Amino acid sequence: MIQDVVNLINHVQGAYVRCIDNGQLEAWPDFFEENCTYKITTADNYALGLEAGVIFANSRGMLCDRVASLREANIYERHVYRHFLGQPWILAEDAAEVSSETSFFVVRIMRGGATDVYATGRYLDVYRLNGGAPKIRERIVVCDSSRFDTLLALPL
Amino acid sequence: MLDQIIHSKSEPGQSWPSESLTRVPYWIFQDRDTYAAEQKLIFQGPSWNYLCLSVELKNTGDFITTFVGDTSVIVARDSDGELYAFENRCAHRGALIALEPRGNTKDFSCVYHAWTYDRQGNLKGVAFKDGIKGKGGMPASFCMEEHNPRKLRLAEAFGIVFGSFSNDVPPLEEHLGEEIYSRIGRIMNGRTPVVLGRFTQALPNNWKLYVENVKDSYHASILHLFFTTFELNRLSQTGGIIVDPSGGHHISFSAIEPDGAKDNEYAEQDIRSDSEFKLADPSLLQSFKEFPDNVTLQILSVFPTFVLQQIQNAIAVRQVVPRGTGQTDLHWTLLGFAEDTPEQRLVRLKQANLVGPAGYISMEDGCVGGFVQRGIAGASCEQAVIEMGGAGTDSSESRVTEASVRGFWKAYRARMGM
Repeated sequence: MIQDVVNLINHVQGAYVRCIDNGQLEAWPDFFEENCTYKITTADNYALGLEAGVIFANSRGMLCDRVASLREANIYERHVYRHFLGQPWILAEDAAEVSSETSFFVVRIMRGGATDVYATGRYLDVYRLNGGAPKIRERIVVCDSSRFDTLLALPL
Repeated sequence: MLDQIIHSKSEPGQSWPSESLTRVPYWIFQDRDTYAAEQKLIFQGPSWNYLCLSVELKNTGDFITTFVGDTSVIVARDSDGELYAFENRCAHRGALIALEPRGNTKDFSCVYHAWTYDRQGNLKGVAFKDGIKGKGGMPASFCMEEHNPRKLRLAEAFGIVFGSFSNDVPPLEEHLGEEIYSRIGRIMNGRTPVVLGRFTQALPNNWKLYVENVKDSYHASILHLFFTTFELNRLSQTGGIIVDPSGGHHISFSAIEPDGAKDNEYAEQDIRSDSEFKLADPSLLQSFKEFPDNVTLQILSVFPTFVLQQIQNAIAVRQVVPRGTGQTDLHWTLLGFAEDTPEQRLVRLKQANLVGPAGYISMEDGCVGGFVQRGIAGASCEQAVIEMGGAGTDSSESRVTEASVRGFWKAYRARMGM
């Protein structure tokens, strides 16, 4: 049973990082429920219970706005990510929801070719299963480091 | 010959190109000797440097480590209720005394040879000071009182803690002047600040390029489209620039005019920042009225490296920490207040999206300094043109001016003797 859930979450998360890494940001909010939480924070802030995120959204609309702003408003040098994910660890599950934790490793490739480790950390997730088509109700992206190089534009 | 090359400067004639504040030579952002001189004359000189918030050290024994320029500094609250600050450098062989960014302690002990210090930075113990079995140990003439890490003077403005290595700097309130001091008070407003989050943004540029950016009200509505489109900050809103007489401190502010006429300046000049753009979830910008005035933006800087920001209800402290000629750490401390209602707190969390490393209106500031640092790489003898709004450093009602950038250079040159 656990293995089925792991496979399911793996599949969705594979699609999620593929979406970001391939630059299809417009499709990224579709991985989330309409009423969702998405937050990028740091291990220090998370451990201390500090609420603010580097990014904080409590609706899918805010995620769409993040993409629109990146496309139309914000200035940053062209770059892409390559995400590597660990296996999801199932924290809890019932018929409707699964809570999981997945480590991530993100490399950033700049326009000029510079390729660096940009972020490592873990996703703390709550998925609504929706009868086999899971969507994220909550994703807290806990970055191991508190230091962000230059800026954070693309989502993690 | 080789020796001569090593000891000669990489660029000739590193003097200021003219008396005018409208020109800034690019070597000032590149030169290692200049960087070393800044540490001495600015950060360890007669400045008040931001250290922390008083509320971060509530209890006896609470401490934090922070930076004054390159220098690691410990701030601690002792049992008398007072704050003390001293260099985070063991008086013995120079190792860091405290390794953690924050904590609570009875005293400090260097891990290298266990020299211990009280919370005021006084050397209180030297391991094996009297030797073992009458052999070894420190000479009888060694006096612990004469071996302390350097201590800083401390002063607070509305719960914000500043420190100085200098005995010559005037008291903080006098140093800031009434206009700056009162506008720090406007933000803090007798309330109890609460830290909502801390982030560090590693900037690929010299520290002064970031400070220039903070003081540059000219770029805000041009580089930051998000800001402009939602009328958070148009140069044609009411507002202005305040530059203190030293030039080193500044305030840029704007206020909403509820019935203000729509302006056409942006459309007429075909500036990118007038494009159509709508939010799917406009709750991001639903502010609450926090201050009795109509000021929705106040960016305040204190020379050399402190920034206090109000952008609507996003309140933050930014500490600029130089990390060599071409690197800077920007420490963000996002603030709320104990008096916030849950609804107000949620507004602050949402508006935190405007600032920080991923801020809708601040992410560009993370990369634009790097664009300059890279742009000037082969041009150390060329210079920046800073003439918008004239050549002076006066306060003005117009924010189409670089007066506060010139003000920074006025204070900088005075301090550096340039």
